[in-house]
Amino acid sequence: MPFKRYVEIGRVALVNYGKDHGKLVVIVDVVDQNRALVDAPDMVRSQMNFKRLTLTDIKIDINKVPKKKTLIDAMEKADVKNKWENSSWGRKLIVQKRRASLDDFGRFKLMLAKIKKAGIVRQELAKLKKETSA
Amino acid sequence: MAAKRKTPVKTRNPDLIRGVGKYSRSKMYHKRGLWAIKAKNGGVFPRHDPQPKADAAIEKPPKFYPAEDVKKPLLNKRKPKPTKLRASITPGTVLILLAGRFMGKRVVFLKQLSSGLLLVTGPFKINGVPLRRVNQSYVIATSTKVDVSGVNVEKFDDKYFAKEVPKKKKKSEGEFFEAEKEDKKKLPEDKKEDQKAVDASLLKSIEGVPDLKAYLAARFSLKSGMKPHELVF
Repeated sequence: MPFKRYVEIGRVALVNYGKDHGKLVVIVDVVDQNRALVDAPDMVRSQMNFKRLTLTDIKIDINKVPKKKTLIDAMEKADVKNKWENSSWGRKLIVQKRRASLDDFGRFKLMLAKIKKAGIVRQELAKLKKETSA
Repeated sequence: MAAKRKTPVKTRNPDLIRGVGKYSRSKMYHKRGLWAIKAKNGGVFPRHDPQPKADAAIEKPPKFYPAEDVKKPLLNKRKPKPTKLRASITPGTVLILLAGRFMGKRVVFLKQLSSGLLLVTGPFKINGVPLRRVNQSYVIATSTKVDVSGVNVEKFDDKYFAKEVPKKKKKSEGEFFEAEKEDKKKLPEDKKEDQKAVDASLLKSIEGVPDLKAYLAARFSLKSGMKPHELVF
């Protein structure tokens, strides 16, 4: 199986460990075999080990180590935020965050909604079963 | 006793250096107004003769002298501070009780009593928890709040919850062998009325929020996969 996502300048990656866990960052340069120089609109440009990064499908068009303003403009042009939030991976992460931040009342309401939905599904299924058996 | 001043005086004689005051003895005599006191009293300092002492009770010699010297316990002037209420607990907060008969019940917080315990109510109609005192340590505060502006909790304090002391009855010999017939302790009517009064306005505000009534009626329990340290309450 060939690789599809490459480490290159402009590759958007997700940080999966450390202080910036969960943030989207852009690889702006490669330091050596293990580390990359990484930047995002809301953080100071810093180096990170590749092991802390998970590559995404998104790539933006930049030169090596752009100025912050250039980086932000390029991210706007490529619409990274929307692409991420509409991708299935991005949507999953958003849902996970929502679920983790539910308070006790929220979890209770969620339980009621699940029961209701299951009830409706079961009703429809029963109806369909009746039709096919009849 | 000479009349006491309402506020203590700052010294009229400030120190130049420790041990040396700014004003001399004669200046201080004038500053303190001793000349005025003397003038008022006809050139002499007022004398207060010692008041006749009331006869002290005749002290009997002690019956018992300990063989060794008995140590006096150290003086303890500690005054415990009132329990600090957690910032997350405000009137109207829904609390989860963690221990006791109503373990797991979700309950509305009303106020903190002077003993530090929290006054809490079910409301009774919803989950069977009456007006009750509960310790802050046995409670999880959720972020759900109920509107308690219509509730008057002024009259409830720790004395309201004190146990009734049963009157001691003298038992005759025959009665010892009979089975103890005690009436089941009934809840006095006025306590029931208090409960109804507090719950009336609470119920209205609870029914205003969808699902809140069912939420308060249900008990909390940890299910599989729930990690308490990761849960947001």
